[in-house]
This record gives sequence, structure tokens and C-alpha cells, in this order.
Amino acid sequence: MTAIVADVGRCVGAGQCVLTDPDAFDQSEEDGTVIVLQDSPSDNEALKRAQVAVDICPSRALSLTQ
Amino acid sequence: MTAPALQTTRQCPYAPPEEHTRIRDTDSGISQVTLPSGQIAWALSRLEHIRAMLTDPRFSSDRRDPNFPRFTREQPSFDIMRRSIIQMDPPEHGPARKAVVGEFTVRRMAGLRPRIQEIVDEHIDAMLAGPRPADLVQALSLPVPSLVICEQLGVPYHDHDFFQVRSSALLSRATTAEGRRQSVTELRDYLKDLIAKKAAEPTDDLLGRQLAQGNDPEDVLSLAFLLLIAGHETTANMISLGVVTLLERPEELAALREDPARTLPAIEELLRVYTIAEFANSRVAVEDVEIGGVTIRAGDPVLAMSNAANHDPLAFDDADEIKLDRGARNHVAFGFGIHQCLGQNLARMELQIVFDTLFRRIPSLRLATPADKLAYKDDVLIYGIHEVPVTWDDPA
Ligand code: HEM
Ligand code: SF4
Repeated sequence: MTAIVADVGRCVGAGQCVLTDPDAFDQSEEDGTVIVLQDSPSDNEALKRAQVAVDICPSRALSLTQ
Repeated sequence: MTAPALQTTRQCPYAPPEEHTRIRDTDSGISQVTLPSGQIAWALSRLEHIRAMLTDPRFSSDRRDPNFPRFTREQPSFDIMRRSIIQMDPPEHGPARKAVVGEFTVRRMAGLRPRIQEIVDEHIDAMLAGPRPADLVQALSLPVPSLVICEQLGVPYHDHDFFQVRSSALLSRATTAEGRRQSVTELRDYLKDLIAKKAAEPTDDLLGRQLAQGNDPEDVLSLAFLLLIAGHETTANMISLGVVTLLERPEELAALREDPARTLPAIEELLRVYTIAEFANSRVAVEDVEIGGVTIRAGDPVLAMSNAANHDPLAFDDADEIKLDRGARNHVAFGFGIHQCLGQNLARMELQIVFDTLFRRIPSLRLATPADKLAYKDDVLIYGIHEVPVTWDDPA
């Protein structure tokens, strides 16, 4: 299973991941850092969105693991 | 060693200067240019290289470093305040950004929507009640972002003219060193007073909350200054450029009106093709770094030609074409790396509300001066248009 991993320490709260997939990502109210809501993409579309999120995350805080 | 002088005049409003695309399309994509300051800088022009630089801690954002790329002969004038986040490097930057980024999350921005809608509607009402043609820049582009950020910070709106005059002076390449220093000092003194008042009598607004969190008033001052300057002219120029572009493409505008879901991807494409803050991603190397086969030495200024990068054929298909449904967010119009624009989701929402509301409320809106006769801002650091005369039909 592919899983989305977020390194909250790196995250700068730009919210690009939330824009990409609001079902999979949210941001903490406190410091804006990422909260992964769904860590395993449910289908191919969700996987594609996760790949986009990984690519555009400006702080390289997101990754996909097998 | 000599290097050609940096060119800044665009081939057309959304095409980078020829020099930038020429450098981009050489084998290495990297060259050296002489900046107006006399500094010789490495020029990066490919998306991949700029992204690499912006995620590499061996490049610094310290705009007080004498080797940081400059567009004027004199040293920057912000040093009368502490460094703000845009000038900080790790490890200082992270905690400082996290202290404020919670105010700008996607969800927080959605909460501001009703008030921004109100502000936009009021300004459109006022424009419709006034003479034709109207200047969109004064009627809508400048006041909307200014009012939004003033309210968010807790700056009284009656002081907004004061801000507008001084922030434009700061951004203009034509302003003298003296004039720039004076604008910075006046803004600083005003904000200092305001923050002292808020420290004495707590208010529930961004600045009030920063103080309540226990942040040092001197740091809150630098942040306030940055937020007022960073989001004002930038958003204003994107409003003006976006309206002109959409009016010039009536079929696509009609499609947008039919389906508001098209607006956000269109905004992303407008951000990409115009890249108004084209040099904002520049840095100075603090260690030797190899990028694209070129060795950049510690202390070398590095200029990011972000507009060329956002038109990089290696990164975007038909990169020079405006495709409003492209929806690509891998551009660097808001930067990349840890400094990526803090206000990007506010900017996106302001643009979305302005475009949707303006074209819905005034279907007959049109330019009163042809697009190619408009005065584009080739002489300032943030690209835009000075004046956009628009007109419309009598209400039926
Ligand atoms: C369309 C409008 C805008 C554009 C094109 C834009 C562009 C940019 C760019 C390119 C950067 C990166 C600078 C760097 O890497 O050194 C940046 C950073 C920043 N922007 Fe924006 N911006 C816009 C609107 C706003 C708004 C509305 C705000 C706030 C209200 C804002 C606040 C900031 C701040 C605080 C930073 C520094 C973040 C940091 O250093 O961590 N911007 N912006
Ligand atoms: S895109 Fe990256 S930096 Fe931005 S909120 Fe998501 S994880 Fe954090």
C-alpha cells in the first residue's frame, strides 16, 4: 500500500496540499502545519492528487512510501 | 570579468525579456548578468534550477548581506527594523513563520470570504455610481487588498491612503534612496505607535493576537510592516492584469461566467504567465554550490529569473501559451521552499472573489483603452499596469 508521509517539522504551512486534496490534507489551526487526514490514497485519482501534492509542496515535507 | 546588463523590459506583458529566455535555452540555462547595483550575479532561468536553489539551505535570504542581489545602487533601507521572516534563514525562520502562518491557512481564509465579498461589492457599487470610464486600478485593484490586510491586521482604514502612497514609493525603481528611507521610516513610526496602543489595550486582530502570544513588539513590528507591503501592490497588479487578460478573451470569459469552478485554475495560470514578482526568489550563496554544472561560490549573488522559469518548456507544455484551464501549481510565482508566499491563499481568494463578482455584476464591462495602449509597469520591481480605464453600458 502506498502511504502519504508528512514531516511536520519541515512543513511551512503554505497549504498547497490542502488546495490539491482537501479530503486528504488539512492544516493545524495553531501553526498552520499539515495534518494528513487520509494517509492511504483510496483510488488512482487520489493517488495522482497525492503525487501532485508531493511535487508542489514547497518545503519538501511530503513523501509517498510503498 | 564582464557580464551583460540585466534587461527588464518584457517582450510583451507576459513574455519575459528576450535575454532571459535566451539564457534559459542555452545548454546550462545559467549565465551571469550585471545588476543595476553593479553586482555581477548568476542568473537562473529554469524551473528545475530555481526550485533546487529555493530548497537548498546553502542559499540565504538575508537581504542585508552586501552580496544579496540588489536593483538599486544603495543598500536596502529596511535595516531600521529587525529582520522579518522574508529575510530570515533557518533555524530562525521556521519558528517565526509558524507563529503567524496559522492566521493564513486555507480554512482561515475561507472564514474571511463573507467580509471580502462585502468589500468587493461596496467598491463595485461605488465604481458603478461614478463617472465612466473609471480607472479599475484606483476603483478596485488597489483598495481591495489594502482594506483586507488593514482589517486583518487591525490597522484603521482611514490611514490607508497613507499606506498606499508610501508602499508604491518603496516599490518604484524611480524612487531615490532618500525617498525610500523616508517612506520606510514613516511607515515604521506609524506601526510602532499602533502596536504600542495594542499592547496597552489588547485587540482581537492579527497584531493583537501576536502580542497576546507573547511575541516581542519589535518582531511584531517587522511582521506588520512585511504583511502590509507584501500583499498590497502584488495582489492589486494581479487583479488589473487578470481583468485585462480576461476581457481580451471573451469566449473564455463567457465559459468562466458559466462555471465558477474555472476561476481558480484560471488564476493559477495568470499567476504563472505574468510572474509579477519575477525577481523575488533571488538569493545569495553562503557556501559553494553546484547547479546545472556551474559552480556558484560562497558570496555570489544569485538572481532568479522566475518569469523565464515559469515559461520553461522543460516544465510546461506549450509554456508560452495562456491556457486558462491548465491549473498547474508547480510554478514559482509565489516562490518555492520555506519562504513560499505566506499570503498565497489570501491572494487566491481575493482574486477569485473580484473576478467572479466583477464579471457577474457588470456583464458589459470593457476596456476604454485598447490593451496594447495601456501603461505597463516595466520600471518597477513588481510588474503590473499603472491605469486600466474601463467602461460599461447603462443598466437595462
Ligand atoms: C498575487 C499576489 C502575491 C504574489 C505574486 C506574491 C509573491 C510572493 C513571492 C514570490 C514570495 C517569495 C519571496 C522569497 O522567496 O523571498 C512571497 C513571500 C511572501 N508573501 Fe507574497 N505574494 C502575493 C500576495 C501576498 C499577500 C496577499 C500576502 C499577505 C497578506 C503576502 C505575504 C507574503 C509574506 C509574508 C512572504 C514571506 C514569507 C516567508 O519569508 O516565509 N503575499 N510572496
Ligand atoms: S504543501 Fe507542504 S508546506 Fe504546505 S501545508 Fe502542505 S505539507 Fe505543509
